[in-house]
Amino acid sequence: MAIKLGSQTYKFDSDIRVISTGSVVGPVEGIGPLRNLYDDIVRDEDISSDSFEKVETNMLLLSYRHAMEKAALSENDIDIFIGGDLLNQIVVTAFAAREIARPYWGIYGACATFGEALQVAACAIESGIAQKAMASSSSHFSTAERQYRTPLEQGVQPSVTAQRTVTGSGCAILSKGGVGPKITAFTIGKVVDFGVKDLADMGSAMAPAAADTILTMFESTRTNFDDYDLVLTGDLATVGHAIASKLLESEGYQHSGNFSDCGILVYEHGKQHIADTGGSGAGSASSVFGAYVFPKLLNRELNKVMLVPTGALMSPVTTYQKESIPSIAHAVVFEND
Amino acid sequence: MLIEYFKVLLVGGLLCVIAQLIVDHTKVVSAQILVIYVVAGVLLTSMGLYEPIVKYGQSGATVPLTGFGYALAKGTFEAIDEQGFIGIFSGGLSATACGVCAAIGFGFLASLVSKPKAKV
Amino acid sequence: MNINKMPEREERLRSVFSEIKEESTPKVDSFSRSLRAFIVGGSICVAAQVFRGYVENYFDETEAGIYTTIMLIFVTAVLTSIGVFDKIGRFAGAGSYVPITGFANSIVSSAIEFRSEGMIFGVGALMFKVAGPVIVSGIVSSWLVGIIYFFMNFKR
Repeated sequence: MAIKLGSQTYKFDSDIRVISTGSVVGPVEGIGPLRNLYDDIVRDEDISSDSFEKVETNMLLLSYRHAMEKAALSENDIDIFIGGDLLNQIVVTAFAAREIARPYWGIYGACATFGEALQVAACAIESGIAQKAMASSSSHFSTAERQYRTPLEQGVQPSVTAQRTVTGSGCAILSKGGVGPKITAFTIGKVVDFGVKDLADMGSAMAPAAADTILTMFESTRTNFDDYDLVLTGDLATVGHAIASKLLESEGYQHSGNFSDCGILVYEHGKQHIADTGGSGAGSASSVFGAYVFPKLLNRELNKVMLVPTGALMSPVTTYQKESIPSIAHAVVFEND
Repeated sequence: MLIEYFKVLLVGGLLCVIAQLIVDHTKVVSAQILVIYVVAGVLLTSMGLYEPIVKYGQSGATVPLTGFGYALAKGTFEAIDEQGFIGIFSGGLSATACGVCAAIGFGFLASLVSKPKAKV
Repeated sequence: MNINKMPEREERLRSVFSEIKEESTPKVDSFSRSLRAFIVGGSICVAAQVFRGYVENYFDETEAGIYTTIMLIFVTAVLTSIGVFDKIGRFAGAGSYVPITGFANSIVSSAIEFRSEGMIFGVGALMFKVAGPVIVSGIVSSWLVGIIYFFMNFKR
């Protein structure tokens, strides 16, 4: 049984480990700083010419295949697929699940989906529902633009705080026992809204949620930055990450360079235009975790990592209705023993 | 001759700069600016204030979206002068019909031959 | 109206948030953006004027204006189709969307974008997704001032 620490943080007795990951990204991410670490870098036209939605679905399937191949597993070895994406009715993951034809739970947590998927998968294993569970999330620049913003060929100037949606799919296979870093604790985020309304400034909207979750994790497990090799938020990008960093500082938690963000890591800062601040999107945390964090945990370059995917839970409709942006962040701690 | 082009540049450029400054320094976004500009064009024309700008700036005043508002309002007034009541309904669209039709027509053709490109 | 009393920690975070957000947000380079808008927007107008001057050799003033508009829209449609206009827009900001080129671009780009949803529900239904407000507000406002103009001038 899970042990509850404080109001929303849990520790497991069972031996729940990440045994494999998959990460597939698009060409813009593929020239970023992590270019040599992804399992695959694909151009849209290589995997589908029908629609961007199909491209993203195929990208997600490809990441599943890489993860399963690395762990020498087949679809039938995985008891449940848990994941989500940014599109209405989470179609990308559902359509990928159609190809897999295995038990599937579709979840939505905006860009924090990967955190939620990891937590749900861990619970499934803890409860005995599954021995092996797949957690995934995905996003694609072109599908997100057409749903949340403007047509691709429309000439618009990005605002200074705008982020670029990461074209990337990532997944992780969780297993009871096995070889890999252990999931030792997680904090389920609560929805936090500090009143930011600007759709082009989601980093600022999500920063308080990230700070709230990280603080809760620190307080409930009686830890601080010094106890972690790396604390990694999902997609705050430079503006949101600076805000989160200062919010944590105001509460007395000072990092020593071990606090970063997947949205910052994914692009070379200032070189990849459209958005100078960094990446966003559900695929940001999952592809960076799969490509960068997990291998470093395996080879023990890192031994304790807190991953905090962050999500903005608005829709275009609520934005037009002048609502502010509710945000969430889920924290998961990975540890080598 | 050159001075004429300079006036066009000045008026057209300034209309764009005003929009840029509003977008950069207020919460107004570009989609709202376009609406504000068209309505401003209609209102300024109604008050007789835009005609002098068109005389001075020529294409610099007619090409920006305020010029679209100018064409709508001017067309409406001219149609009312000629056709009376019916002009209220026919004037605006008649005056701007070519531009709207061109955009729809070329847009349709473009959708047949072109696909959105991946943005890198 | 908070149902629960805000936890103390959240209250503290809220109290420092707006200041932190303010100092963390990069300042927009308004001068450079305005300069680019001026140069590109002004140049589009000058190009239109040059074209118009040429066409006026063959047609009357009204017709020349119409040909100029059609030319601008055609060029925009071509640039949008080959994936160039969005780059101009990113550089020029208001300089490319305030002129009629922006209006044409929004229609053409929507048409291309929604082709994947078919001719009827995609292209047909969504072509004016972005440009619609411009048409509606323009027509409604000119129609309203037309009504006022009519009753001011034709009181019989």
